[in-house]
Amino acid sequence: MSAVAVDGVWKFYGDYPALRDIRLEAAPGTCLALIGRNGAGKTTLLRIIAGFSRPGRGQIRIFGNQPRETETRRQTGFIGHGISVYDELSALENLTLYGKLYGLPDPRRTAGEWLERTGLARVANGLVREFSRGMRQRLAVARAFLHDPKVLLLDEPFTALDDKAIAVLQGLLRDALAQGRTIVMSTHQLREALELASHVALLTRGQVAFHGARTPEMVDDPGYVYARYAD
Amino acid sequence: MRFARQVWVVAFKDLRAELRTKEAINSSLAFALVILLMFSYAFDPLADTTREMSGGLLWIVFAFAGTLVLNRSFARELPNDCLDGLIAAPVSGAALFLGKALANFLLVLAVQMVSLPVFGIFYNVPWTRQLPELLLVMVLGTWGLTIVGTVSSALTVNIRLRELMLPMLTYPIMFPALLGAMQLTAHLVGGNPIDEDHYGWLKMMIGFDVIYTGVSMVLVETILVG
Repeated sequence: MSAVAVDGVWKFYGDYPALRDIRLEAAPGTCLALIGRNGAGKTTLLRIIAGFSRPGRGQIRIFGNQPRETETRRQTGFIGHGISVYDELSALENLTLYGKLYGLPDPRRTAGEWLERTGLARVANGLVREFSRGMRQRLAVARAFLHDPKVLLLDEPFTALDDKAIAVLQGLLRDALAQGRTIVMSTHQLREALELASHVALLTRGQVAFHGARTPEMVDDPGYVYARYAD
Repeated sequence: MRFARQVWVVAFKDLRAELRTKEAINSSLAFALVILLMFSYAFDPLADTTREMSGGLLWIVFAFAGTLVLNRSFARELPNDCLDGLIAAPVSGAALFLGKALANFLLVLAVQMVSLPVFGIFYNVPWTRQLPELLLVMVLGTWGLTIVGTVSSALTVNIRLRELMLPMLTYPIMFPALLGAMQLTAHLVGGNPIDEDHYGWLKMMIGFDVIYTGVSMVLVETILVG
């Protein structure tokens, strides 16, 4: 059974089809990099997979279930363009809140552990509105990993991260893959993404232009996929 | 039990965030007190007609001041796309909605509890004489206002003119419950107990709250996700 299956998905904004008959699959333990130029439909597709909006046609399955089922949401972690943490709460309060919403047995302890892993332990009680952009992004990473999801959906996860934070995130993603987690991520930072990805899907104007295993050529030349399949 | 805990987690988060910033409660309280003061100058507080319509004046103030709290309810989730975080969590739309409604209810009720004695002084009415019944009417009216206001806040969260649209959606739907609250409040602040003639209004308010709570809990998932 696929971890993530996208079957004939269309999405319309008015009459405009933002996604056209998208068919993709990600097997358990794989990392699928969604690449494409601005407006290609990557974020729209990730939001539909995450269950934030419904497709016009087609369906999504995560381990055979629909995205909005409670059990599916428990198994899914998401990082979007926004960091989904509250400026008025401290880092620890934010993670504890999500820990409680995900029904973790000891939300405060788990929150503390993830603050440690993402290098935010010393500012655990600081309000998020006082954090730098990179610190906020690291907190978003901690929030997404907090409940140990089987599927990670990441929309531009490397944006705003400095070199050290990128290394931390790549380490976390490698660990997740080693533990059999599935990752679907959209990115413009091809080098970082292709180092992790086992598979690549290129979207152009809402359609899949290429979907297949990552090859050594793609790692050597991150522009290879665009040159070969998009232009 | 799990549902109740989720409701409380969402409500506690909203209350904590609001008490840190005091954005909504300060503006709502200031608005309520200023309007009560202005009305007390506009109408002679010693006139019988003023006392008769004082319940209506009070609920107009509560409804407008309450809207300032309700406007912030889902708008609070917009910075940093926090609504995505809540929608992604394994929490039912009904629990999310009830949590937000509960937080709004407590905030609006707090504004009312401060405004009520001020109203008693400005309008020279014996509002404490039927206090338990008056509190019951305030709780029922405020729950109706927060339920309709919270679901309207969810509906309007992604539109530009949400501050305008929320009262335009809320007040027409609220009208029956608001009318009942006005009638009963005017009667109670005059020092009279609820009699046979007024039980109908009370029943109508209870029915309104039950029906709109149920309908909102069913609809909110569709409102949030489409």
